[in-house]
Amino acid sequence: MILKAFLVGGAICLIGQLLMDLTSHKITPGHILVGFVTAGVVVSALGLYQPLVDFAGAGATVPLTGFGHLLAQGAIKEAGQSGFLGIFKGPLSAAAGGITAAIVFGYLAALVFRPKG
Amino acid sequence: MVTKTRANSLEVDKANYETLVQQVKPKPKVLRNSVLAFLMGGAICALGQICISFFKAQGLATQDAVLATSMVLVFLAALLTGLGIYNEMAKYAGAGMIVPITGFANSMVAPAMEFRSEGMVFGVGARLFMIAGPVLVFGIVAAWLAGLITYLCTLG
Repeated sequence: MILKAFLVGGAICLIGQLLMDLTSHKITPGHILVGFVTAGVVVSALGLYQPLVDFAGAGATVPLTGFGHLLAQGAIKEAGQSGFLGIFKGPLSAAAGGITAAIVFGYLAALVFRPKG
Repeated sequence: MVTKTRANSLEVDKANYETLVQQVKPKPKVLRNSVLAFLMGGAICALGQICISFFKAQGLATQDAVLATSMVLVFLAALLTGLGIYNEMAKYAGAGMIVPITGFANSMVAPAMEFRSEGMVFGVGARLFMIAGPVLVFGIVAAWLAGLITYLCTLG
């Protein structure tokens, strides 16, 4: 499973690197992050991402496409369970833990450390 | 006649210039970058898989093990960014350190640290979301659309 995670995760990152290198520097890391999350949402909504998660584990959940998958599945599941309001609750409640961790740890790191130079 | 010659020589110059530019311009080392991105991205995901297996062995359900793993990776990325190590490594690994969730954490911490001098609210607070903001906007709107389509399908 670790090998599968390595191969699939590496391949997803490789796609990002090729997008940056083969488009004459118009695509910045910011574009890559936004693009991969959105792509993850679309692929997940089409039902194609869960099979990849089942196959590669962290190789699919650790790249940002996995974050998009989390958002999309949250919306889709909640839409099925609690209807119209669920569409609004689903995305963030599914990703709440990760987003809160990123904000808290990010804030603390920016508070504690000084930039070099 | 003179102008024509001029135009011709200009064209030649332009062609020469293009080839010169191609020679001088640093090649984006596509192959090397790709290999490094693949190896580093793969390594981070492999580390993630080790974390997931560890948390599962501690009795967490799969979803919680995945969440705990994300938290560990985000914490490590925030720490390494604070120490200045993350960006140094990302110079070589490129997308291998941008695409994983660690890159998301890095995109929050790095600008927040840099603009700390502008104060807690507009420096740190706002800059945390410089890239994370757009990521959340597009991610949530797209997910909302996916949910809406699902909802409309259940009605029909």
